Amino acid sequence: MADEIGINGDNAVALAWKQIDPDVCAAYPITPQTIIVETFSEYVANGDVGTEFVCVESEHSALTVCVAAASAGARTFTATASQGLAYMWEMLPIASAMRVPIVMAVANRTLSGPINIHNDHGDAMSARDCGWVMIFAENVQEAYDNAVMAPRIAEHPDVQLPVMANLDGFILTHAIERMRPLDTAVVRKFVGEHKPLHPLLDWKKPVSHGLMDGPEDYYRHKYQMVEAMEKAFGVCEKVFADFAKISGRKYSIVEEYMCDDADCVAVILGSSFGTMKATVDKLRAEGLKVGACMPRVFRPWPAKQLAKVLGGKKAVLVMDKHVGVGAYGPMYPEVVAALAGGKMPKMHNCIYGLGGQDATVAGFEKILKAVASGKAKELSFMGVDV
Amino acid sequence: MDLEICWHGRGGQGAVTANEILAETAIRGGKYVKAFPEFGPERMGAPIRAFTRISEKPIKVHSQVYEPDVVIVLDGTLVGKVNITGGLKKGGIILANYVGTPEELQKALGTKERCHTLDATKISIEEIGRPVANTAMLGALAKVTPAIPYDVLEDEITAKFTGRLPDKVIVKNLSALKRAYDEVV
Repeated sequence: MADEIGINGDNAVALAWKQIDPDVCAAYPITPQTIIVETFSEYVANGDVGTEFVCVESEHSALTVCVAAASAGARTFTATASQGLAYMWEMLPIASAMRVPIVMAVANRTLSGPINIHNDHGDAMSARDCGWVMIFAENVQEAYDNAVMAPRIAEHPDVQLPVMANLDGFILTHAIERMRPLDTAVVRKFVGEHKPLHPLLDWKKPVSHGLMDGPEDYYRHKYQMVEAMEKAFGVCEKVFADFAKISGRKYSIVEEYMCDDADCVAVILGSSFGTMKATVDKLRAEGLKVGACMPRVFRPWPAKQLAKVLGGKKAVLVMDKHVGVGAYGPMYPEVVAALAGGKMPKMHNCIYGLGGQDATVAGFEKILKAVASGKAKELSFMGVDV
Repeated sequence: MDLEICWHGRGGQGAVTANEILAETAIRGGKYVKAFPEFGPERMGAPIRAFTRISEKPIKVHSQVYEPDVVIVLDGTLVGKVNITGGLKKGGIILANYVGTPEELQKALGTKERCHTLDATKISIEEIGRPVANTAMLGALAKVTPAIPYDVLEDEITAKFTGRLPDKVIVKNLSALKRAYDEVV
């Protein structure tokens, strides 16, 4: 196994892509994703990979090129963030409905406005109902590992859906952490040869892609996507298990930290899961029985897995790094729904980290203590009323 | 031993590069790190901050550093302009590129905490030919913080710049590193 290196999250993703050597990459630069495609385009220019790199004039075109390339049968990657993802929006449900296994890294950044380039989950959360498998990373190692695992999930015959591999903008993309990459030969073998289903370039078996559906077929096709998402759970579990064999790093659909005997558990995504773990350590030392969990796989939504972790707890705190203005954070109602079948814990939602507000142990401690002591409101805003 | 560092500099002075070198030095020494700049629109000459966490154990916290063990000031003109002492742990260290004695810096900052100074700009002009004090400051850091081994720092600077800078320039950077190590008080 290769030595440990110091690398930032964007370069870690680019390194994974270099090792995988996809057929096509079409992308447009946008902060904080830019380093991924910048570094990867150097690999292309230097001949380190055989990838066809398509420079496009916008993110809309980037994803359109990806849809076409993937339909043709190419293993296809792209990356974006924030406004770039918003600009792709029209093509997001088209990519998933065409069942093309595109892999897209999203360097999570808030959606303007007010104009802001910093991290929150506004971009990914606003795209959550577009039929993409969505996975999240806690640190740079996980951003790399997710990048290696993503094509296996997307291309599995039972799934055949695009995958969005999220990593927190700046907090991970621009931070150097210690990471252990895999050997390129190991990555290649793990990802395997791409065997596209019904590729356009199979001239012996001509097919058409992206046709119009009437109401009956539209619904049927959407339902097939629902089934594919359900099957994605099993595929993720298999891919995580296979990945553990080559890396020694074992991932789960829902990651747990000190949940077993906890009275109160925080549900949180991305790098903040790490900061929340440190908060749990601190409060455990003070005698508070708290825990934390992260749905690594956010789509498909792991309702059953979360219910297993959270069912029977006294209180649950859902931390959302995005706000549905006039409603709740996006994850909160889904956690409530996941627990609806059993005895409902006292439920809380906290909106935090919007537009790059630093997510700190001190801030997390305050809200987690308020929840544990039963004093928190149902919906609170970090730095505003808590 | 866990170490949290806060860097103060100005855009273009190489705080980010120095932070990268420090992070990679710590990794070579078997440590875990998290090293990152304060994010924002970077402008040449404007005050910037960067942060480093070094630990024996995997690092969970992803926030900025609020209670540093060490504060590094890359540019003496920031003294009195930005909050340098804020959050400094008791028994912490301030290391500054500053023309003046540690006592004079303590007075200028209104602190009793341990201060170290050196004229890193002069060293870098004389050794490298440019007023880029970042490598010199790393040499001084190795002197005042035993957790940063000088020889590993030397190896890392050589490795990082080999192929990117002419060998002559790398040698000059190493001279600045050495002089700063020797001259910091």
